[in-house]
Amino acid sequence: MLQDILVTGLVNGGVYALLAIGFSLIFGVARIVNIAHTAFYMLAAYCFYTLLVKTGLGFLLSGVIAVGAVTLFSVICYRLVIEPVREHEAAVLIATIALALIFQELMLFTFGGHFLGIPSTLEGAVRFLGVSIPYQRLLILVVAGVSLAAVWFVLYRTRLGLAIRATANDLEVANLMGMNVHRVAMATVAISVALAAVAGVVVAPVFVVDPFMWLAPLVTMLAIVVLGGLGSLKGSLIGALIIGYVEAITVFAVPAGAYLKGAVALMIMVAVLLVRPEGLFGVAFEEER
Amino acid sequence: MYWLRRGWAELRNEVFVLPSRTLVLAWVVALLALPLVYGDAYVMRIVTMTCIFAIFAASWDLLAGYTGQVNFGHALFFGAGAYTSALLSLKLGLSPWATIWAGAAVALFVGFVVGYLCLRLRGSYLSLATLAFPLIALGILFAFPDFSGGELGVSGLRRLTLTPTGNYYVAALSMLVIVFALWALADSRFGIVLHAIRDDEVAARASGINTPRYKLMVFAVAGAAAGFSGALFAHYLRVAGPSTLEVALSFQVVIWGIFGGVATIYGPVAAVFILYPLTEWLGSFRAFGELRLLIFAIIVLLVLLFMPRGLTPWVRDKIETQCPRCKQRNGTWRKICRLCGAAVSGEDLSYKPR
Repeated sequence: MLQDILVTGLVNGGVYALLAIGFSLIFGVARIVNIAHTAFYMLAAYCFYTLLVKTGLGFLLSGVIAVGAVTLFSVICYRLVIEPVREHEAAVLIATIALALIFQELMLFTFGGHFLGIPSTLEGAVRFLGVSIPYQRLLILVVAGVSLAAVWFVLYRTRLGLAIRATANDLEVANLMGMNVHRVAMATVAISVALAAVAGVVVAPVFVVDPFMWLAPLVTMLAIVVLGGLGSLKGSLIGALIIGYVEAITVFAVPAGAYLKGAVALMIMVAVLLVRPEGLFGVAFEEER
Repeated sequence: MYWLRRGWAELRNEVFVLPSRTLVLAWVVALLALPLVYGDAYVMRIVTMTCIFAIFAASWDLLAGYTGQVNFGHALFFGAGAYTSALLSLKLGLSPWATIWAGAAVALFVGFVVGYLCLRLRGSYLSLATLAFPLIALGILFAFPDFSGGELGVSGLRRLTLTPTGNYYVAALSMLVIVFALWALADSRFGIVLHAIRDDEVAARASGINTPRYKLMVFAVAGAAAGFSGALFAHYLRVAGPSTLEVALSFQVVIWGIFGGVATIYGPVAAVFILYPLTEWLGSFRAFGELRLLIFAIIVLLVLLFMPRGLTPWVRDKIETQCPRCKQRNGTWRKICRLCGAAVSGEDLSYKPR
């Protein structure tokens, strides 16, 4: 059981980290609480399903196309819907909620409400420390690791990453230093949604694909981001692992744990907030006036 | 006779001079007269539900709009009221008239607890943390299905009154009383303090306002009002299920509030009265039935693109102007202010936040 907990926690933590880091990025740079973030994850899963099962493209090709298409689509949505109301925080908030609802209903209308099954990308399993780990879960772990490394590289080793970090730090000064903050925000949207789309594509064969699959990870992701500190990437990564393990422990070790796993994860978040209101790694910034 | 003339004069001088007040009066009259004029059961059912949700949306606005504690888990109070009232009336056999108050009282207490836990949080942290509370409650309810009924909820409750008209009037009158009470509260000195807390909490504290106390009071009041609406909802539908605690309901109230215009009380109420019947009406077409949530979301999105501050502030700016000298409001047709005589027509000099 211990090995099960270790492996499941790591795999779920990896998926959550992909989602939470994207959300954190976009919040840090553009101060957008993007409720539609996991809706893009759902869109990517559906896109992957369509390409793979309906048109019969290969796994790799459909995955890449799905991620690309969803990323492009998110930038279009950002330009058409979010940017016109950027100055009104409340309007941005419900614009993202409305977007998520629109995606959910579109998928419900096109594909119906039933679960869709996607064949595993890789069959078989490897035995490691006495537990058998399906290759599919290993793949999730590898993809998550590679994506996170890529994001780290973009953020800390390129000029775009420098601009993103500068904008997150202080939007107005970054603007005065000659960075095009609108374009930086757009690039951030693209990066963050691409991460969510990658997560959607890799988990599609493991989790069920249905139009409401965005709600549960949304809540968990928000809990992780708050737990780790809003806008802090390190916090999101560590928070994701904490919540991943907490959920795994609850499911395997507590009776009726499957019902309680969300509740326990959220209680951990509330407990952390009571002690540190700015999250584990958040900066306790005084009011932004 | 004197009182009639006096009343008419008051009406003409205080209500009919402003289009917004006339609209509110017309709305109240229409609401009270509806069962007498058009007693269709389907329409009455929709308006009853609208009234119940209007209480809920108004209570959210007091918390989120006025005080700036943007609550993403407002369904917690709704669900607390609904489940308390339902369990008390089913397990102990109490009358619904008593258990509704018990539901509101429990929701008040829950509001106090949530407010206490969230005192140190602000901004987005508060929003995202409050999102967690109803889901924690939901997880606990699902873990004890014998007590809470699990997925199915607590069903088979007694009706409040036996006739649809009776239920309608209970909902409509409690809605009017609660909404006007919240409006009066928000317009009083108390409400001004809430504005101060939202705009700058540090400055409010520096001015000697005990902000934690005010925040706790607002959480409790908003919780009680939301719990009352939840209890009404449970007894009207005769079931208190997990849907009263779901994220969808919490998001729904955020949409209503922001769509109508925050920090107005009447804005969210107006939004509920527009959006809820609209979705029901769309749902009644067979062709649109599946698409109604989609159409709802698209309408919200389009309206926001044109009126980013919400519906009611936009409408109010169209039909009324603010006097540049005494800051009172006038109908747009007036050339001079009705109170101080300053010229109000021509270009609008009043300050408009971008």
